[in-house]
Amino acid sequence: MCCAAVAAVGLSGCGSGTMDAKEGAARQILLVGNGADPRFMDLHLINSVSEHHLMMALFEGLVAEDPVKDAEAEPGVAERWEANADKSVWTFHLRKEARWSDGVPVTARDFVWSWQRMLTAALAAEYSQMLFVLKNGREFYEQKVKAEEVGAVALDDHTLQVTLVGPTPHFILMLLHTSWWPVPRHTIEKYGDPLDRVNPWTQEGHMVSNGAFQLKRQLFRQVLEVEKNPQYWDAAQVKIEGIRFYPIDSDSTEERLFRKGMLHVTQIVPLDKIPAYRRDHPGIFKQDPNTAVYFYRINTERPGLKDPRVRQALAYALDRESIVRNVTRAGQQPAGGLVPAMEGYAAAELFKFDPEKARGLLAAAGYPGGKGFPPFEILINTSEAHRAIAEVVQQMWQQHLGISVGILNQDFGVYLDSMSRIDYDIMRGGWNADYLDPATFIDMWTTGNGNNNTHWSNAEFDRLVAAATQEGDGAKRFALLHQAEELVLSEVPAIPIYFYTRSRLVHPAVKEWHPKLLDNHPWKHFELISPAPPSSMDSFWNR
Amino acid sequence: MLRFILRRLFQSLLVLGVVFTATFFLIRLKPGDPFSGEKAMPASVRAQMEKRYGLDLPVWKQYFVHAAAFARGDLLPSLRYEGVPNAKIIADSFPVSLVIGLSALTIAIGVGLPAGIVAALRKNTWLDYSAMSLAMLGICLPTFVMGPVLQWIFGLKLGWLNVAGWFERSDWILPSATMGLIYAAYIARLTRGGMLEVLNQDFIRTARAKGVPGRQIVMGHALRGGLLPVVAFLGPAFAGITTGSFIIEKIFQLPGLGQHFVGSVFNSDYTLVQATTVFYAALLVLINLGTDILQAWLNPRVRLT
Repeated sequence: MCCAAVAAVGLSGCGSGTMDAKEGAARQILLVGNGADPRFMDLHLINSVSEHHLMMALFEGLVAEDPVKDAEAEPGVAERWEANADKSVWTFHLRKEARWSDGVPVTARDFVWSWQRMLTAALAAEYSQMLFVLKNGREFYEQKVKAEEVGAVALDDHTLQVTLVGPTPHFILMLLHTSWWPVPRHTIEKYGDPLDRVNPWTQEGHMVSNGAFQLKRQLFRQVLEVEKNPQYWDAAQVKIEGIRFYPIDSDSTEERLFRKGMLHVTQIVPLDKIPAYRRDHPGIFKQDPNTAVYFYRINTERPGLKDPRVRQALAYALDRESIVRNVTRAGQQPAGGLVPAMEGYAAAELFKFDPEKARGLLAAAGYPGGKGFPPFEILINTSEAHRAIAEVVQQMWQQHLGISVGILNQDFGVYLDSMSRIDYDIMRGGWNADYLDPATFIDMWTTGNGNNNTHWSNAEFDRLVAAATQEGDGAKRFALLHQAEELVLSEVPAIPIYFYTRSRLVHPAVKEWHPKLLDNHPWKHFELISPAPPSSMDSFWNR
Repeated sequence: MLRFILRRLFQSLLVLGVVFTATFFLIRLKPGDPFSGEKAMPASVRAQMEKRYGLDLPVWKQYFVHAAAFARGDLLPSLRYEGVPNAKIIADSFPVSLVIGLSALTIAIGVGLPAGIVAALRKNTWLDYSAMSLAMLGICLPTFVMGPVLQWIFGLKLGWLNVAGWFERSDWILPSATMGLIYAAYIARLTRGGMLEVLNQDFIRTARAKGVPGRQIVMGHALRGGLLPVVAFLGPAFAGITTGSFIIEKIFQLPGLGQHFVGSVFNSDYTLVQATTVFYAALLVLINLGTDILQAWLNPRVRLT
């Protein structure tokens, strides 16, 4: 029976065979560790980083990710575009040779239809609010206006006019997010109701896409493979023949697979392996800054924590340098503000380690030396790394402020529940950008925002954020956002701790590797060298 | 015998009903829900999702809807892997776990039984001590240590096998060995204990006195009784071993069933938790029935009525 079962599974599941990095390079097939299986393959429903990486291979929006620059985009389906003076009306000229993988032309009407689908409440697309920047986008979502009134009009098959709620100088960078990319109406309608979340159009053999690659096969928990899309308008420039995305959820398993020579690019590097790779294999270990912030949320209605001076004291009493150097140890940057540095926007450096100032603030709030301060807890979700950080924070507050604090550990789902009910004292949080713009880190603190979760609310802050959305001049807009950031920092509903980095291992066969702030590497520009140049890991790979 | 089986099958249905009911309510007591994520889902989107999956109904209504579906044999679709029927998730992943589990069991019995028998026959000799020390080591070593050690030796150092994945015919070997060696340790200790007890009994002494050859005493008489604790252990262990292990599947990147037992709870995937639990309970009930029949055959003192 055992052998029969082995044979049966062998025929059904194991037939695919492995491919190592050498063979992959020779056949121009990129082998990538991708964290997890996609929950969705429908462009409009996805919500995770690993899904985003898959979609970057399969689909293309009006503009596409630049392989090197962060604050710019290269032409995608649109070959050129222009905006009016205050950047509130944009016109896109779509290239005539853009095709879906079944040969059907990609037109401006596809975009209009896709955006209307995304904005239909019944689809329950998690990122539908990204499109509220379209004129009447929100009103259409709330069924107050008809589809024709949404600010997206196909002037003809190849001209798309987009009207936004207000001036949006950073609109082009927003378009890099999947929520703006087109889905194939003709395929979706062929396989069922467009508003059916489980419409089978995304299945192998059904799926049609417009990116540099098309879906080849998907085996749950094994591999998702894409191959070059011959209908892609820029197919001549696409060097690699295909990509195998492996949904490897264990970082140590992924590292062992890389060491065995089975991967070109990993998703991550296990924390304990970073020092050794950094020292012994500097050409392979890549550590890039990542636009994301690690912080502690504060429930601003808890006794003690109600007073902004107490929250400031807690923020000044943290030695962030020591935390990134001794605890997190992956090259993170200490965060003096809530927004990571990006082009044209310098990071605020408000919170420097200053125990004197911290003690003064705490005394002014009526707790000299921490006396009489009500006990509270730091809530973390289960993870070694979060615990290590919480322990050192606990020790710093004890040492510098005389405040004793506990650590409360919950499983992820429970922790999220505590967050949404605002049932905690202080909890760890993380935030990464959907698109490269400081507003993605600032909007969340407005009154009533679903991601605020601190009870903190400030009318002046809300006004500044609203003013920024109406500002057409990029520099002035950033100035308003800076002001808003300084305001939220001064009241400290959240204590910034560090800005993330992303560590990964990249095989020397990968021709060029460029750091990207959002960690979105456009697959169409990848190139594999065969045989790979010599490297410090050859002794592992040529065994 | 037939009456016994029929009655047990009827009892099994009751057991499954109780398991279903308990799971249904317990998983809903857990804070969190299937749609929560680090970024908040907009309230209107959440309301749509709850409506779509009937989670906006009162719990007692949901209970009857789900119970009726399960009674019909419809395990409902997963909430996390939207649109994928739970029956398909189980049908896709169970064969993988079954292959790994059966080979692990073969290894466990193949190594554990002889080691236990030898240790019992050569009681308090170096053979006994070394076998039992190894067994103790096997019991103490968790899979998350044994797995990476085997990966390192056979995958990276010797390069004979893949370190992880489910692509080649040989990919079952390391996970099965990891699982099998740990179970082998238990079986060795149980066999030794069972054998020692039987070997001290009167009927064995009588057999020896009659001049029955040693091999026949061991194989024909002692083993039959000595194996009783092993069989009692193997029944439930069989269900556990063939439905996969979360840790082993994570270490070896396998598309097995074990990950769903744990993952579905973390994700609050209500229907998948119900489906996997009821499936596991059904398997356990069936195997226990098989074990009872086997025990009756091995032990003349047990009568099935």
